[in-house]
Amino acid sequence: MAELVLMRKAYGEALVKLGQANPDVVVLSADVSNSDFSFMFQEAFPDRFFNVGIAEQSLVDVAAGLAYSGKIPFANTFAFLFATRALEMIRTHLCYGEANVKLMATYAGISDSFDGPTHHAITDIAILRSLPNMTVVVPGDTVAVAKLLPQVAEWKGPVYFRINRNEVPVLFDDTYQPVIGKAVRLRSGKDVTILCCGLMVSRSLEAAQKLAEQGIQAGVTEIHTIKPLDEQAILQAAQETGALVTAEEHSILGGLGGAVAEVVCDRCPVPLKRVGLADRFAETGPYATLLDLYGMAVEDIVKAAQKAVEQKERLAQKERLAQKERLAQKEKLAQKNEL
Amino acid sequence: MYYHSDQLVREITVKAQAFRIQVLKMIYHAQSGHLGGAFSAAEILAALYFHHLQVDPANPDWPDRDRLLFSKGHACAMLYTALAYRGFFPVEELLTFRQFNSRLQGHPDRIKTPGVEMCAGPLGHGIAVGVGMALAQKMKGIKPSSGSAPSARASAGRVYIVLGDGEINAGVIWEGALAAAKYRLGNLTAILDYNGIQQTGATADVLPTEPIADKWEAFGWHVQEIHGHNVGEILNALDRADEVHARPSMIIARTTKGKGVSFMEYDHRWHGMIPNQEQYEKALAELEEGLKKWQN
Repeated sequence: MAELVLMRKAYGEALVKLGQANPDVVVLSADVSNSDFSFMFQEAFPDRFFNVGIAEQSLVDVAAGLAYSGKIPFANTFAFLFATRALEMIRTHLCYGEANVKLMATYAGISDSFDGPTHHAITDIAILRSLPNMTVVVPGDTVAVAKLLPQVAEWKGPVYFRINRNEVPVLFDDTYQPVIGKAVRLRSGKDVTILCCGLMVSRSLEAAQKLAEQGIQAGVTEIHTIKPLDEQAILQAAQETGALVTAEEHSILGGLGGAVAEVVCDRCPVPLKRVGLADRFAETGPYATLLDLYGMAVEDIVKAAQKAVEQKERLAQKERLAQKERLAQKEKLAQKNEL
Repeated sequence: MYYHSDQLVREITVKAQAFRIQVLKMIYHAQSGHLGGAFSAAEILAALYFHHLQVDPANPDWPDRDRLLFSKGHACAMLYTALAYRGFFPVEELLTFRQFNSRLQGHPDRIKTPGVEMCAGPLGHGIAVGVGMALAQKMKGIKPSSGSAPSARASAGRVYIVLGDGEINAGVIWEGALAAAKYRLGNLTAILDYNGIQQTGATADVLPTEPIADKWEAFGWHVQEIHGHNVGEILNALDRADEVHARPSMIIARTTKGKGVSFMEYDHRWHGMIPNQEQYEKALAELEEGLKKWQN
């Protein structure tokens, strides 16, 4: 079992380092700095930290004003509040007005599990990625947070950065070199590729192990950047393995699964199964239990991969039969012509 | 008693009236736009762009410039007119307003239009965005950046926000107002174009906001109330607001929606209605009449 580390603590540490490296970095909070660990930045740089109160629309607007004046604001609040309460501010100023604001969306997915569905963010990726000019990044573990955050600061334009509330397994070591916009192949396999992000990366790797035991060779590719999407990597996976599974801590509508479906349907149709929350709200409960009960268990990924492979094989068989029939007809026709 | 010369006040008043004529032509030409709220803001924008604001049209991104956030974005025909006459882009371009392939979008676009500081149209953004800008200016310290400043003023640029009165229905206005007071933003001034009328009727009927001065005072702002078509009062109030330290300033400018055209004044239908030819000609004649009065 991998070591478990608190993702938001890693975020707080990375933020302080960023503050040391770049004097233009400022941090804003809607009064949840002890939840998201941006208080660490506040302690280090009190003059560059602004708590605007429980006012998420103001949070985004104030950050936009700072960005229009040359600062690099990191705005912090819960993911669902950015995606739903402050959405118009994000669209008008960050996306349309090109304000270089970084949205640090904490408590993402159902990671704030005991606070219940009011606090879960299960549609944020779908909402944010539909906005022109927005970039959406979902780090897979604490190493990813530390490695991606400086790139977020350097990235031109607004970024939505999705942070888990809880202790998450440490997947990566120092050899992990993520680049915004580039998929990371974590495991090769010829039968099916699992495309995943966030906490579901660790579950996808577990699923791939189980599938291997059943004789299915599943590749695992991390899509930490949902937008801009690494279309080449997805098409390559589709071509190489002919079957895809997406796994995300999000609704199966419009998130990573939706994004992958758009690309694949357009350019390389193959069987695709989406693992995530069905189109419904979850409930209050322990995090791991909720993940398991609401469609994001390791077993769900395994089943999805099996189905994708079966479907691929059925389609291949159908194609073989169709080809056989075409050949037979051709021969019939040829015989007729001879007569 | 005005601090400013009669000549200055007269010049700016003439400009404001000329701007109304220009705006009428733009909106009639486009057959689209918002006249009433543009007319009520004419003197406010003329006073800002032709006397008070320290901006450089040749260098619209000058870091120490004053920033004007035109938050009541629907009335942007007046903003575009003020910017064009101030030299940010050619006056001839004004007739491309709301046309395809124009830099003058239906609502303000900070990327496309030189001098526009904030995208606006969805109402309520001005104060909170202004808070961010004012914070950034404060963080620079008191000295203007080197090699800039045609200004004798010892501070980096200030932030000015023009708000509509219907606009302050929006909750984010008050969120921003609280933040401005918290951070003691003496470098931020808002001007409320209080024409008393919004899209479907009187502000007093739609969502009453009086006593408006008391509200802003209670939110920790320095408040002045003025006649919003009196240029001398506008200029004085802007000067006074600049002198206020450690508190944001609100100037409540009592104005008339549709100001300058008898049949448009006080009538909410002229928020977004387009005049027919007969109405256009009548409005133009009235505005030109008004202009002559001030020119003589």
